[in-house]
Amino acid sequence: MVDRETVVKLVRSVKNQALEERDMLINALHQIQNYFGNYIPVEAAQLVAEELNVPESKVYEVLTFYTMFSTKPRGKYVIRVCVNLPCHVTGGRQIVETLKETLGIDFDQTTKDGLFTLEKTSCLGLCGVAPVIMVNDEYYGDLTPKKVKELIERLKAGGDAK
Amino acid sequence: MSKIKSIEDLMKIKEKALKELQLRDTGKRGKITVAMGTCGIAAGAKETLRAIVEALAENNISDIAVVQSGCMGLCEVEPTIEVRLEGQEPVVYGHVTPENAKRIVKQHILGNQIVSDLLVRKGEM
Amino acid sequence: MPLTTSTILICAGGACISSGEISVKEALQREIRKYGLDEVVRIVETGCMGACSLGPLMVIYPEGVFYQKLTPQAAEKIVQEHLLKGRIVQEYLYKMPTGEAVPEAMDKLPFFARQVKIATRNVGYIDPANIEEYIARDGYFALTKVLTEMTPEQVIEEIKRSGLRGRGGAGFPTGLKWELTRKAKGDRKYVVCNADEGDPGAFMDRSILEGDPHTVLEAMAIAGYAIGAQQGYIYVRAEYPLAIERLQIAIAQAREYGFLGKSILGTDFSFDIEIRIGAGAFVCGEETALIASIEGKRGQPRVKPPYPAQSGVWGCPTVINNVETLACIPPIIIKGAEWFRSIGTPSSPGTKVFALAGKITNTGLVEVPMGITLRELLYEIGGGSSTGKKIKAVQTGGPSGGCIPSEYFDTPVDYESLQKLGAIMGSGGMIVMDEDDCMVDVAKFFLEFTVDESCGKCTPCREGTRQMLKILEKITSGEGTEEDLQELETLGNIIKDTSLCGLGQTAPNPVLSTLRYYRHEYEAHVKEKRCPALRCKALIRYVIDASKCVGCTACARVCPVNAISGELRKVHSIDNSVCIRCGSCIEVCRFGAISKVSP
Repeated sequence: MVDRETVVKLVRSVKNQALEERDMLINALHQIQNYFGNYIPVEAAQLVAEELNVPESKVYEVLTFYTMFSTKPRGKYVIRVCVNLPCHVTGGRQIVETLKETLGIDFDQTTKDGLFTLEKTSCLGLCGVAPVIMVNDEYYGDLTPKKVKELIERLKAGGDAK
Repeated sequence: MSKIKSIEDLMKIKEKALKELQLRDTGKRGKITVAMGTCGIAAGAKETLRAIVEALAENNISDIAVVQSGCMGLCEVEPTIEVRLEGQEPVVYGHVTPENAKRIVKQHILGNQIVSDLLVRKGEM
Repeated sequence: MPLTTSTILICAGGACISSGEISVKEALQREIRKYGLDEVVRIVETGCMGACSLGPLMVIYPEGVFYQKLTPQAAEKIVQEHLLKGRIVQEYLYKMPTGEAVPEAMDKLPFFARQVKIATRNVGYIDPANIEEYIARDGYFALTKVLTEMTPEQVIEEIKRSGLRGRGGAGFPTGLKWELTRKAKGDRKYVVCNADEGDPGAFMDRSILEGDPHTVLEAMAIAGYAIGAQQGYIYVRAEYPLAIERLQIAIAQAREYGFLGKSILGTDFSFDIEIRIGAGAFVCGEETALIASIEGKRGQPRVKPPYPAQSGVWGCPTVINNVETLACIPPIIIKGAEWFRSIGTPSSPGTKVFALAGKITNTGLVEVPMGITLRELLYEIGGGSSTGKKIKAVQTGGPSGGCIPSEYFDTPVDYESLQKLGAIMGSGGMIVMDEDDCMVDVAKFFLEFTVDESCGKCTPCREGTRQMLKILEKITSGEGTEEDLQELETLGNIIKDTSLCGLGQTAPNPVLSTLRYYRHEYEAHVKEKRCPALRCKALIRYVIDASKCVGCTACARVCPVNAISGELRKVHSIDNSVCIRCGSCIEVCRFGAISKVSP
């Protein structure tokens, strides 16, 4: 159940930060997504459409075009693996395989305990320390299969990943 | 913070900030090393260090680096400092209390004259 | 007057943070407090220092000693030995291949010493969250000069004369772009900074945004004055949360000091900047798609003309500049167009920031004058191959660019020379590949990227790239034919000619350039079902050399799919119909008995 008040407050705070209101849709969706923990419930998206006075179809368009938004619930930790060339030539393939094996899921799936979602992403701009993954808002570079496994363990234990 | 309204305002901020940034850089004109081994500290080297830094600041000297080192081995005359200025032989002073430190800064760093009553050793080891 | 005697500059660029900078910094702080040094030692977190392969790293002043590959334990030791006792810790100094340690790495190593830092002049030297440090290094003096001594036309003239070309990839003359926007009709104009750096292998914009955000703000204000705009947007991709944070701090500070807002510096020029965040779409780096995204829509490009200079954000004349281009503006204003022209080449003046990635020893960022040869860049500055195998090619320009084989490494790096080779400068990403990389696999990789990122609006790109990818998948799985090679070329050229925007128009480049220089690899794949680089899984087999195998069973035990059989002390064998080519057996064999062969 999505609390109407909360969503409206979030959207209004985004509006207030801006000099111009008309184009706050993407910023607003980011805030909503952060609040609900990595996804945007459909009812929240509908409320956003109402508050910003744009057609629902427009919000739908934007939600489904940008890869960082999701209407499906995702895990507590969204792991984004870079699958582009610089990470690939420095051992990225093994990192991808290690992640899939350790978590037991494929891309765009969430583990049964609701902790991890695995996603592909494009270049994160950290090629100097490739291969790289992003967990929510934090980056982890210079990875090896061993470090990846250790990271997953730390996250599972509820610890701060650093 | 009041808004910058003119190039003069901007220059003032730049000069102040630049001084602080320059403190970081390798000392161009010379280096003062304060021996901070346990014996030095026991003899008061920390206060000496503070006095040197203050004296340099008071005299507007910004191109001398001040660093710490371990014990120089001259424990009997601690606190000791080494003064290395460009183009001069390095000089080690002993019994450098905060007052003596100020004297050294005035006489040697500013006036280029060795403070003979505090001199312990001259020249490279 | 602070009593600081030692300053530690610790690199806090995104790459070092992802390698553990925060725990190193915390260890430093703890130890410094423990020994009561907090009044005399100051820690400053700066932007990216460029040497990503050596991170986490720091420089201790006033000696200027460079420490690299740090851990919390290293930090503790350095505080105890260097800060407390003045003894340099040899273990963490940079070491040359000969083993010689180099304390003043920043002065002595070619990686640092050969650089000419214009766009990245402050990155790695200042605390990006402190506007006064930016001012100390001539920050906001360019804006002041522009507002008090120059007319908009004079500003444009200076930028035109400098010959500055867009550093985002297209290399369009910046001064001309500003002039066109100034002349366009409209009472409302916008300045947009394209910070949607999406090219795989490019991360210079990120470093500038994280390490010197004020230079972008200052340049945008100057641009606003030149073209007659009062509002600017910085469009940053959402994958750069640190850059967004630093920009927000910088904008707040700039407003506080009066460099943004109403009546800047007491003149009647007003200008303010807002941040807009992307959400994971590479195509939004294309200017018309970016504009759509700022307006809150799907990031789909549209036909050009009209160009953004005529009709951009909300239909108003807009100037869109890349981050690195903007970073060059303040120095050009302060030091003059002639100074800028004296660096680089006549057609490509100035410097360029290159991001070295892939199989090269010194990965990271370097800013060098245009016209430097690839050989100098990759070997002298980049330190050569990181794997001990020969460098085979370098991919420049990201997914819009091409591969340049090692035979051409004496080519100077500038816009025109690279174009002649079938590649492009692009954003400056250089991905280095060695003999173990299969060029067909590389082309397939880039195409996977463009297929994923295609916005879907126009048929040539949406359908065409997908078909090209299918053909490449056929080839790398051993089912390709000669006709497929012909098809790839034809299709590639059609897509180049008919796509709506730059993404589609350049998507076939990696394929076409690898076909041009490495046709023999493609032909090996289709005629002999052989992958010369021993990369494409479907075309390789793992075999055990009976003369070397001693039957230790190490490989059989580590194989995840039980493809290896054999008794203890007897020669083992691999069943290639089961083998998944993971490579674990090769790693674990101590006798070098296992190798890959193709076909």
